[in-house]
Amino acid sequence: MSFERIVIFGATSAIAQATARRVAARGVRLHLVARDAAKLEAVRADLAARGATVTAAVADLDVTTHHAKLLDEAERALGGSIDAALIAQGTLPDQAACERDFTRVEAEIRTNFLGPASLASELANRFEPRGAGCIVAISSVAGDRGRASNYVYGSAKGALSIFLGGLRSRLHASGVHVVTVKPGFVDTPMTAAFKKGALWSPPERIARGIVAALEHGGTEVYLPWFWWPILFVIRHLPEAIFVRLKI
Amino acid sequence: MRSWGNYPKVEHAAVIPLHWRHLGLPRIEGTMLPSGLARSYGDSCLNEGGTLLATAGLDRLIAFDRASGVLRCEAGMSLAQILQVAVPAGWFLPVVPGTSQVTVGGAIANDIHGKNHHAAGSFGEHVRRLELVRSDGTRRECSPDSETALFRATIGGLGLTGLVTWAELQLRAIASPAFEVETMRMENLEHFFALSEASAGFEYHVAWVDALARGGDAGRGVFIRANHSTVAEASQAPSDSHLAVPFDLPAATLNRHSVALFNAMYRARAPRHWREERVPYSRYLFPLDGVAHWNRMYGEPGFVQHQCVVPRADAPSRVRSILEAVAAAGDASFLSVLKVFGDREPAGLLSFARPGVTLALDLPMRGAQTLELLERLDTIVRDAGGAIYPAKDARMSPGTFRASFPRWGELEALRDPAFSSSFWRRVTP
Repeated sequence: MSFERIVIFGATSAIAQATARRVAARGVRLHLVARDAAKLEAVRADLAARGATVTAAVADLDVTTHHAKLLDEAERALGGSIDAALIAQGTLPDQAACERDFTRVEAEIRTNFLGPASLASELANRFEPRGAGCIVAISSVAGDRGRASNYVYGSAKGALSIFLGGLRSRLHASGVHVVTVKPGFVDTPMTAAFKKGALWSPPERIARGIVAALEHGGTEVYLPWFWWPILFVIRHLPEAIFVRLKI
Repeated sequence: MRSWGNYPKVEHAAVIPLHWRHLGLPRIEGTMLPSGLARSYGDSCLNEGGTLLATAGLDRLIAFDRASGVLRCEAGMSLAQILQVAVPAGWFLPVVPGTSQVTVGGAIANDIHGKNHHAAGSFGEHVRRLELVRSDGTRRECSPDSETALFRATIGGLGLTGLVTWAELQLRAIASPAFEVETMRMENLEHFFALSEASAGFEYHVAWVDALARGGDAGRGVFIRANHSTVAEASQAPSDSHLAVPFDLPAATLNRHSVALFNAMYRARAPRHWREERVPYSRYLFPLDGVAHWNRMYGEPGFVQHQCVVPRADAPSRVRSILEAVAAAGDASFLSVLKVFGDREPAGLLSFARPGVTLALDLPMRGAQTLELLERLDTIVRDAGGAIYPAKDARMSPGTFRASFPRWGELEALRDPAFSSSFWRRVTP
């Protein structure tokens, strides 16, 4: 599969940047969307210098009512219909703060689930009649099971995984691809506060997996691959045992 | 955080990763020091008890003009990352050290040199502009024409003048990513100087020296010279490193017998007359990048480098004295490199590379005996009016430092008061 025109939401995230760099040198057209203008310009210039044709738009993706307009803009900027979209915006909630204040939970669910789900829906409705297009969204292994240490993030990502799974089934016959990316621990600015160990990966490794999934029609990919067996075990532990584990 | 020599081992109060060049410096207690890929060998990239600003996340290109070869990038971008983009476009870095795993900021801070110093000078000569963020909140765009003093102090300024956020480099055009390399066995020091003289037509040349050889054999080794190939061929992407030293080897792995064996084998492979071959740039310029963590060969105690430059006039006798002192001590330097620098004005206030002859030695750290030997070597260098390279150093005395860099006080005056390093505190007490 080859992709000419790609739109990236949450383009200043480390995983999005690394993914965009992998395809930039092929001379693709990229349209980047992110919230922070200064960061977005730094990323845009980098990708342009690497050989891509790059446009950018500043937007708050939490505002789902603007998504249709953002996609219209993206199509205009790319000079044609979108071949692939990467939905990469996200935040890592402060779990303890969320436990005290449910308005924070609502905000996190909006950023990590409602926003991505809305974009995926809007893209699906445009891709379906064309019978082409690829939607890639970054979920997380954290969404596979609720854990005490990060169940707010986990529930948003879990909801997103289920949403994308349903969307994939709906679009299967139409030829539109939906890829759910489930990274494990990734060393990015979002996780700067964590102590890093052997299970941590650089964003470049996740990016390599994303591009491979895009090219070879992946569906649900754990990145790196070793998270699949880990999560297989975690998903299948009996709840009576799981609740006692401090993970 | 360790330096490449794994000596000294110090603790930092914090390591703060930087990701965006437009954000200011973090507010911290104590001093800070920018830290790239930590390929400096000793303590010039360490800041014991203070903060390190990890710059590897500042790795974006800002602009690359493929017609003129002017490239502007963030200071945490590595030379390997630049070559990945530049080589397919027909451009090359004008100066590279023996590893591509250094950042642009590190290359500037140490005003690094390479095998082509006689032809291209040091890295700083090719920096057109840079931005410096100071702890007073200012951003200074420095170049040979504006903020000149700060520019000259930052080139070779050991990261002490503030945080370099970006730099603009003039690349050099290439017709091919390959090198035409000529190799020949070198019999002794006289032979080295004769070969260096005879190799003026080569943009790159350097010699590997068997530091165990004594007497009339002193300086025997292998002489390697090269030019960029002019035979255009498909660009080869440098391969990812496949070999790696997975953990610290026992400290005894590199002893005088294993090094002697290696030296003999390495030298035996070099022919008596020039052997010509065309090789990928990474194999010629960065042979050790193919073995990740090669510094672990020295084991847990680590190792120290000693790189000096001595004036050209009496260089043969000084280099001979140094090699004799090392051989007499029975220490085995695994990687010993000898090169004649070009007669070029240093680009920075504290640039190491200057007219003369440079000798680099790797020595396993064996405590007091190693430190005493290095002190003897420093005395030879000081007597000659030479200098020791801070990027490789972990132990030179304040006196040796001041003799090596008589203009150090000018850097001290321009140093950002919030910036410091273990090295700087050690040599300017």
